[in-house]
Amino acid sequence: MPERHYGIRHHGPGSARAVVRALEEQRPSILLVEGPPEADELVRWVGGAGLEPPVALLGYATDDPRRSAFWPFAVFSPEWQAIRWAVANGVPVRFFDLPFAFRLTDPGTPDTPPAAGPPAGVAPGAEDDTRGESGDTPGAAHDTPGAAEDTRGEPGEGDGVARRRPVDPIGELATAAGYDDPERWWEDVVEHRGMPAFEAIAEAMGAIRESAPEDPEDLVREAYMRSVLREVRREHDDIAVVCGAWHVPALSRKVAVKDDTALLKGRKKAKVSFTWVPWTYGRLASWSGYGAGVRSPGWYHHLFTTGADVVPRWLVDAAGVLRAEGVPTSSAHVIEATRLAEALATVRGRPLAGLAEVTEAAEAVLCEGEPLRTELIDRRMVVGERLGGVPDDMPAVPLAKDLAAQQRAVRLKPEALEKVQELDLRRDMDLARSRLLHRMRAIGVPWGEPDAARRGLGTFREQWRLRWLPDFAVQLVEGSMYGTTVAAAATAKVVEAAGKAQSLGEVTALVEVCLLADLADAFPPVLAALDTRAALDADLEHLMAAIPALARTLRYGDVRRTDVAGLATVTSSLLTRICAGLPAAVGSLSDEAAKTLRGHIDGVHQAVGLLDEAALSERWFGTLTSVAGRAGLHGLIAGRLTRLLLDAGRLDSAEVRRRLGLALTVGTPPAEGAAWVEGFLSGGGLLLVHDDELLELVDSWLADIAAEAFDDVLPLLRRTFGSFATGERRAIGDRVAGGVRTTGEAPLVLDHDRAARVLPTLAALLGKEIG
Amino acid sequence: MTALRPHAEDQYADELAQLAAADDRPRPPGWKLSPQAVVTYLLGDGAKITPKYVGPRRLMEVAVSTLVTDRALLLLGVPGTAKTWVSEHLAAAISGDSTLLVQGTAGTAEEAIRYGWNYARLLAEGPSEAALTASPIMRAMQTGTIARLEELTRVPSDVQDALITILSEKTLPVPELNTEIQAQRGFNLIATANDRDRGVNELSSALRRRFNTVVLPIPASADDEVDIVARRVAQLGRSLELPEVPTALEEIRRVVTVFRELRNGMTEDGRTKLKSPTGTLSTAEAISVVTNGLALATHFGDGRLSPSDVAAGIVGAVVKDPVSDAVVWREYLETVVRERSDWRAFYRAARDA
Repeated sequence: MPERHYGIRHHGPGSARAVVRALEEQRPSILLVEGPPEADELVRWVGGAGLEPPVALLGYATDDPRRSAFWPFAVFSPEWQAIRWAVANGVPVRFFDLPFAFRLTDPGTPDTPPAAGPPAGVAPGAEDDTRGESGDTPGAAHDTPGAAEDTRGEPGEGDGVARRRPVDPIGELATAAGYDDPERWWEDVVEHRGMPAFEAIAEAMGAIRESAPEDPEDLVREAYMRSVLREVRREHDDIAVVCGAWHVPALSRKVAVKDDTALLKGRKKAKVSFTWVPWTYGRLASWSGYGAGVRSPGWYHHLFTTGADVVPRWLVDAAGVLRAEGVPTSSAHVIEATRLAEALATVRGRPLAGLAEVTEAAEAVLCEGEPLRTELIDRRMVVGERLGGVPDDMPAVPLAKDLAAQQRAVRLKPEALEKVQELDLRRDMDLARSRLLHRMRAIGVPWGEPDAARRGLGTFREQWRLRWLPDFAVQLVEGSMYGTTVAAAATAKVVEAAGKAQSLGEVTALVEVCLLADLADAFPPVLAALDTRAALDADLEHLMAAIPALARTLRYGDVRRTDVAGLATVTSSLLTRICAGLPAAVGSLSDEAAKTLRGHIDGVHQAVGLLDEAALSERWFGTLTSVAGRAGLHGLIAGRLTRLLLDAGRLDSAEVRRRLGLALTVGTPPAEGAAWVEGFLSGGGLLLVHDDELLELVDSWLADIAAEAFDDVLPLLRRTFGSFATGERRAIGDRVAGGVRTTGEAPLVLDHDRAARVLPTLAALLGKEIG
Repeated sequence: MTALRPHAEDQYADELAQLAAADDRPRPPGWKLSPQAVVTYLLGDGAKITPKYVGPRRLMEVAVSTLVTDRALLLLGVPGTAKTWVSEHLAAAISGDSTLLVQGTAGTAEEAIRYGWNYARLLAEGPSEAALTASPIMRAMQTGTIARLEELTRVPSDVQDALITILSEKTLPVPELNTEIQAQRGFNLIATANDRDRGVNELSSALRRRFNTVVLPIPASADDEVDIVARRVAQLGRSLELPEVPTALEEIRRVVTVFRELRNGMTEDGRTKLKSPTGTLSTAEAISVVTNGLALATHFGDGRLSPSDVAAGIVGAVVKDPVSDAVVWREYLETVVRERSDWRAFYRAARDA
């Protein structure tokens, strides 16, 4: 037969095997593969040693790498196998799908190809559209925030829902066969039989397409495919076409040339670039927008590479994975698991144990019901951790290009020699530089390191040490998996890190990264992660430590003009949790722990003041009041709380005097009393100088102490007062000597002439008349 | 005289008979039904056969397939996930007899698993088969039926290991008589264990290897769980002869929601993360909270299930550890319950409880 159409299922190992066998038989003189024609040039790499699947073709608009799409290939992808066969046999290969360049300019269709696959599972069969699967891959990652024209915004899933093929062909066939899960049907009927009959599939697809409504997008693509096919027919007789099964009927249909040209007319081509990038099975499986992917690339890899004894070999490998993790797994386990898998297949009436059966058998026998082990097998084997490779001399990835463009824009050249750069964030150029450097750090390319030594008081000054290392090129390629622009990649990376973060501290650090690098899109997920960690973190001190920084950002914003909406909710929920947990956390503390907690309480207290929200302060003070009244509190904490409540006017002086007296009577151990005073007076003695009421309290208490008890208290008092500055101590002494008792009306005498002298200077500083 | 609770095979005798009559698939030796029919019996067919277990079909398929391969079955799960319930119904469907039961306790002796002696006879006649008292497991071996062992991990380790020979060689040696009891076809063992109390008497790996493990999960969706709770509460209410209480569904849903949210550590809308208390908060506990609330409402209330009737029960179920759980519960009340406008009455009741 001169021309044959191989309708395949993308990433179907059975299809892959069958295609190679069929090509071997047919020996065509040219091979057409569904894929972007702009990538024809790149086919030559396939035979080479450096290109190791899984890899993906990455296409992007040359002038705007944000608009990009991926076409992933695994070793078990029929297209990959077909191309490999062609390269090995010297047969020319052409991609013959609609050019990516058309899609970028077409106003009607989004530049992201449709995520044609309906629910993820159906996809491999229904999904005859590599592009559909790939286009939306890292969704959020290469959709830069704020890209004005990039309206699709949503990652692939949104697209998939909106633009799915009107009929799910495999689903239809599966329903007809009485299967509720289309993927399982395809597995049973096609993949596990090893050799799908291409004619039968084409026929079935034809039957479905006859009655199904057509997707306009498909029609355009198929028109293009047909026109390429016509062109090729003029030069070649022996043609092999490898494309999604769905398209096969359309290719053999008789359509007038002018109809196809009409459909394709008036399309402009954008300038696009293509390159190979490494891919991973993890990403192939489920990563973000890749809804139409395969759920189990590792299993397919196994199916494709293992000839006989599929089930036992899989379970032996699974046992190996468990053993590597130190779980004793014997051969007897494997034997029993194999038996169970087969019994399950029989009970379910399947021809051969599939992934579901081996997984359940492994779960029941090898993993002994331990979910962690099941997860391990799932991650290591069902999905797999294989990472593809790309030769070193491959053209650059868009992330690198975007970086180069940004480096030009902010006039910051990568240099191998270390260099110190001072940035003044009040200037736009420096602000942009700082953002770029912070983003690069977030991506994992530490081109610049902030100089900690100079991070002092000013918030507008930053000092960086810049140095470009050759390894960064590799890290850029790795980073390119996260996104095609610096901002997108940094966003995706930070979001990922937030998802993986174990402790509250890590997430708080990420919040800071978001602010510093101005990753507005990463902010909501990071805040969500912060909320999550805060909820799970049982250590109250972590929660308390996180609050001050958040409150400061919230109150003052920062010099970077970040938008901090959303932070408020998280902060207040954090505070609620602290209020709920504080009563339990203050019991039975050691001296050390009490000291740390006091610091934290002060921090939170200040933060509450900064936040200035009536409801929050009410809750906070309510908590403090209830805690402070408790017996058995550590003196330091009790004193501190009393002081905070006194300052806030929640306790009157009589009550404070009572509590102070209580803490310092004979009934309380001296150390405890000293701690109380320390907590009460810490933060400097100036308060005693200026607050007569307070001074009188302490003074009268001192005077009230019985002579014999005074000897015990003296060292403790010395400890507290000794920590005050000399000037403060003298001032306190002066005031006591000057007769505090006579207070009531403060001796407030203003020298108006002297005060007036500062006014001109003040006016100059404030820039307005004071008069 | 009526039994407080009839055995599964008696209560569902009709269904079993129906399934057996319609069952034309091959039955493994010693089985009363084919494996497929057993699965149908457990999960229901939507018509005459009522569902006994509400949950993933694949779990029941793995359980039944395990028994087909003559491996022993270990049902794991937190308390209240219907382990015993499933094992009883499996035994009833496969052997028509769910009574060969050993309850595992810290005091379970080897005689309960192997055999004991009738000492009067032993003294009078010396060792003989007539002086042997068979354990439920030994009887199951002789008759080729399913034996059940509850709470396997509570049984002391040395006693547990008596099972190894029975499970691997399918025989029970009686050295005193120089003989052995060989298991007949159809014999198998279903054990249940509670993975919350793991480590009480962890199975030796030799024994563990003889079991296929099926972990029974907590119900996947709130609706499933409400359904389970409502159904069981109705059944229990009937057998305890509590009067019918008008539409308690709203309260049941609330109890289930509280339990699920605390258990999963996340609110049902997925927005807020929560700490989980130390207790298990199983469906069974939700059932008992509701039943308890019903009893309160009937005998001491106005006959309607109100938030205050369930609040006390919920607090008791959640706060198992007075220190840490109390924090968790207070945090939950203040951050989640308080915010829900239609939960006001419950919030107040729970605060006071």
